[in-house]
Amino acid sequence: MAKFRIAVHITPRKGLLDPQGNAVKDALHTLGFKAVKDVHVGRYIIVETDAYDAIAAEETATDMCRKLLANPVTEDFDIESAVHA
Amino acid sequence: MKFGIVTFPASNCDYDAFHAIVDVLGEEATYLWHKDHDLQGSDVVILPGGFSYGDYLRAGAIARFSPIMQEVAAHAKAGGPVLGICNGFQIACEAGLLPGALMRNSHLQFVSAEVRIRVENADTMFTNLYDRGEILRMPVAHGDGRYVAPAGVLEELEAEGRVIFRYADAAGTISADANPNGSERNIAGIISEGGNVLGLMPHPERACSALLGSTDGVRLLESILTRVAA
Repeated sequence: MAKFRIAVHITPRKGLLDPQGNAVKDALHTLGFKAVKDVHVGRYIIVETDAYDAIAAEETATDMCRKLLANPVTEDFDIESAVHA
Repeated sequence: MKFGIVTFPASNCDYDAFHAIVDVLGEEATYLWHKDHDLQGSDVVILPGGFSYGDYLRAGAIARFSPIMQEVAAHAKAGGPVLGICNGFQIACEAGLLPGALMRNSHLQFVSAEVRIRVENADTMFTNLYDRGEILRMPVAHGDGRYVAPAGVLEELEAEGRVIFRYADAAGTISADANPNGSERNIAGIISEGGNVLGLMPHPERACSALLGSTDGVRLLESILTRVAA
């Protein structure tokens, strides 16, 4: 077993209303960033876990996302490659 | 009849529910601690409003894993009545007792107000003392009350008469203006496939006293008595 660090990105499901993203987009427009087309606000979660190898750590993280970290109805998740912590 | 009211860390409507059951209905109520594994013989379980676990991660996401929720899920699976109010509705969705999810209000603001809801189905164990189409006044107090579900699930809920309450205006019209949080199809409350788990964002337990503005919530609780006792 070794210690791994895995970063997980949780984002609002595409197509669902994202009021936070819209509010940030409007604020950016007000600030002069007129070229901004779209903004989405999500969560960034860092998990440190013991695992046999990087593949196993990523599989475990996927399981965590399905069961807790992301809401399967409203959110998508993306897992970065596991790195030795 | 015995009502079990679950107290999670940061539940804050458990006392309101207790008051409504004991002082208004004259029935028995007990608090169920989230770490326990015992419903103490409760006939009905109430998941009360509040901000369980500080709404960390998502509203209701952590509460769902409280030890007591295993017993609540088993009670629901066996057909036992479960009433999820506000945070309790969020928890019931996270636990899979009800379909869909509750997201941040579309206007991003916490809404604390009295709303009107229209009774869409009066043939349930929670609404049999209301008339279909009746307009009720109840308070809401939430930041994450926007009901969403995949289109297929919404169609299923509609087809099966499982949308129980919808936000409406005084005349009973379903409009965007009457929708306090941007919920899809103005949905304020839904029921499970088995008809024994009701989740709603408005607070019936806080609409049980004329002094506090409305008594429209009383019949929801009384409906459970008539149906479960029968």
